[in-house]
Amino acid sequence: MAAAIEVRSVSKQFKLYHEHYTSLKERVVHYGRIPYEPFMALTEIDFDVEAGSTVGILGHNGCGKSTLLKCIAGILQPTRGEIVTRGRVAALLELGAGFNHELTGRENVFMNASILGLSKKDTELIFDEIVAFSELDKFIDMQVRHYSSGMYVRLGFAVAVNVEPDILLVDEVLAVGDEAFQRKCIERVKKFQQEGRTILFVTHAADLVRRICDRAVVLDHGKMVIDAQPGEAVRVFRESLHGGELNESDEPEEADALPEAEASRPEGTHRVRITNVAIDHPGLRLNRNWLLPDEAMTIRVAYHANERTDDLLFGIAIHDENGNHLFGTNTGVLGLDVPAADGDGEMSFEFHRVPLLDGTYLVTLAIQSSDEGTVYDWREQQASFEVMNPSRTSGLVSFPIDVHFGLSGVDRPGIDLPGMDLVEGTGA
Amino acid sequence: MSAPPSRVPRASGEATVVRPRMTARERLSRIIVRRELLVGMVRNELKIKYKNSVLGFAWSLLNPLLYLVVFYVAFTIILGSSIPSFPIWLLSGLLVWNLFSTGLGAATGSVVANSGLVKKVSFPREILPLASVGSMLVHFFLQSLVLFTVLAAVRWHVAWAYVPLIPLALIGLLLVTSALGILLSAVNVYLRDTSHFLELALLAWFWITPVVYPFQLVGMRGGWSTKLWLTNPVTPIVVVFQRAIYAKLTNPHPKGGGPPIQLLPHWPYWGFLAYLGWSFAFGLVTLTLAVRVFGRSEANFAEEL
Repeated sequence: MAAAIEVRSVSKQFKLYHEHYTSLKERVVHYGRIPYEPFMALTEIDFDVEAGSTVGILGHNGCGKSTLLKCIAGILQPTRGEIVTRGRVAALLELGAGFNHELTGRENVFMNASILGLSKKDTELIFDEIVAFSELDKFIDMQVRHYSSGMYVRLGFAVAVNVEPDILLVDEVLAVGDEAFQRKCIERVKKFQQEGRTILFVTHAADLVRRICDRAVVLDHGKMVIDAQPGEAVRVFRESLHGGELNESDEPEEADALPEAEASRPEGTHRVRITNVAIDHPGLRLNRNWLLPDEAMTIRVAYHANERTDDLLFGIAIHDENGNHLFGTNTGVLGLDVPAADGDGEMSFEFHRVPLLDGTYLVTLAIQSSDEGTVYDWREQQASFEVMNPSRTSGLVSFPIDVHFGLSGVDRPGIDLPGMDLVEGTGA
Repeated sequence: MSAPPSRVPRASGEATVVRPRMTARERLSRIIVRRELLVGMVRNELKIKYKNSVLGFAWSLLNPLLYLVVFYVAFTIILGSSIPSFPIWLLSGLLVWNLFSTGLGAATGSVVANSGLVKKVSFPREILPLASVGSMLVHFFLQSLVLFTVLAAVRWHVAWAYVPLIPLALIGLLLVTSALGILLSAVNVYLRDTSHFLELALLAWFWITPVVYPFQLVGMRGGWSTKLWLTNPVTPIVVVFQRAIYAKLTNPHPKGGGPPIQLLPHWPYWGFLAYLGWSFAFGLVTLTLAVRVFGRSEANFAEEL
C-alpha cells in the first residue's frame, strides 16, 4: 500500500531579518542592504507515513516540527524537496483553524469545511455532528469573536475530525481545552486509528506519543534524529533535549560539579560548604546518562568544614521540572547521628530504587545545624538526574504492578503491597 | 485497511503534491476545481460587509448616486459640459470604473486581510483576491439596477445591436481586474504600502479613462500621447458600455451653438470588438505573469504575515 504521506528530502529555509522592512518606502531607502541570515528550519527531512498509522513528531521548541507540519499541510512550501499526501488532509494548527471572527460559528463551519473540500450539501450532512462534538449548540449562531479560546479550539477540532479526513494533522492542540474535552479528542483520535486513518501529530508531550503513536520522528534543530518506535524515540528525544549540556564535559559526573559558592547562591553561612555533588547510578557504567525506572541511585555529597562543627544535619529534596515537591528528608527526620565535620568530608544518600518514570528531576541539598536554625549551605536544585522509560507505560511514578485474571491465585509471585493484599483477600 | 462507511465521500487516492514550483496552468486548474470555495468566500465577504450596517445593500446604491450628484453639479452646472443626458453618460461608464477600482483595491488587500486563514489552512490562495473581485461584481450588479431604473424611467433608447458586447466587455474587465488584483495582492504581502500607492494610482487612472469626458475629446487628437492613452485596458470596456447604453455618438446641438461635437468613436461594430480584444490580450498576459509571481511569493506568505 502506498504511503499516505511521503516526505522527500524536504528542506525549508527562512530569512531572518534583523530589521524587517515591509513597505516600499523602506525597501527603497534600504535598497540592497537589508541584512538577513539564512536559517535552515528543516534540513533534508525524509520519511514516509504508512496509511493507517499514527506517527508523532517530537522535538523541543523551535526544532522545526511545526514548520514541517505546515509544509505537509500545504501552508508553507518547502524550499527544496517534495511532499506527497494521499487523500483529504485536515490540519489543526495551533489555536483554531483560521476562523473569521466576523462570522458566526455556523458560517465558519461551512467556510472551513468548504476550504477542506466539502460541498455545502456534504457539510449539511455532518453539521449536527460537528455542533454536538464541539458542545457549542447554544453558541453556534454567535459571532466567533465572542468565543473563548477553548470554544474556538473545540469548534476547530470538531470540524477537522468530522469532515472525514484521510489524514489528520494535529499540532499541540490536544493540550488545550478542559480535561473532558481532551479525553474526547483522544478517544476520537483512537477511533480514527481503528478506522484506519492516518494521523500525524506534533508534540513535546512524550507521554502522549507513548500512549497513542505507532512510531515517532524526532527532530532536533531542523534535522531528523531518528524515526523509531515510540519508546526508543522518546529516549532519543530526551537525550537530544539535554545533548547540549552533556557535551560540555565528557565525564557525566563532572556535569554535576558545583560552581563556586560565591558564584551561585550565597545562601548559608558557609561554615560547612558543599564542594561537590555526584549522582551515581548503574547506567553510568554503560555510558548511559539516564536512569531506567526502578534503578538504584546514589547521590554523593562532598563538603568542607572551615572549622570543626559537630552540630550537623544533611537534607535532600527532589522536585520535578514543574516544581512539584516529590520527596524530601534529612538526617534529623531519619533520626541519624551525624559525625562531626572538620576539613574535607563526604557523605551519600543511597536510594535502593527510584520509582519514577519519565522526566528530569532536580535535587536540592542542604547542610544545616541540627535544629535547622542555621543554614550552612543550601544548593537549591543545582543537581539533576534523568529517568527514561523505554516501555509504553505512562505517567510519573513507577507503581509496582501485577495483573491477574480470574478469581483465585493463591501462590502467585507478586508484590506485597497492602493494597494488593486487600484485593486478594476479597477474591479468595 | 478497510475504509469505514461514511456519508461524506472521502477523497482517497487523490495525491496532492506540495513542492516549490507549479506551472501557471496547474495553478489555474487548481482554482477552477475549487470554484465552490470561491463562491462561498464571495458570500462570506458580502455577509461580513453588511453584518453591522442597518442600510445593508442600500449603501452600494448610495455610492454611485452620490458620485452622480457631485459630477452632475461639477460638469453640467459649473463647467457646462456638452454631453447631453449627462447622468446616463456618467453612469454607463462609472459603474464599470467602480467595479475596476473597488475590485482591484479589495483584491490588493485580500491576502493580508485574510492572514488568519492563510496561516492556518491550505487552499489555492489566488481565491482570496478573486473572491474580492467577485464580491465587487455583486455590487456592480446591484448598482446596475440604478442605471436600469433610470433608463426605464426616461425610456432611453439603448443601441440594442451593441448590447451583446456588454457581457463580453464585463468578462474582459473581470479578467483585467483579477489579473492585476492577484499580482498586487502578492506584492502587498511584502510591501504593505502597496495599497496606498494603488489609491494614488487609481486616482490618476480615473482621469485617463474616458468616464466623465467623452472618448473623442482625446481619441480624435493623434500623436504618441494619445496612442499611449489608448492602451489603457479599462478604456475599451468603458467605451463599449457607453456605445451600447448611452448610444449617442455625437451631440448635434451643443450648448451655445457651434458645430456638432463628437462623443464616441464612429467605428464599425468590429472596431469596438477589436479594441475590446486589446483588453483581453492585456488581461491574459497580466494574468499569466500574476499567477507566476503569486506562485513564487506564496511559498513565504505564511511567514511574512
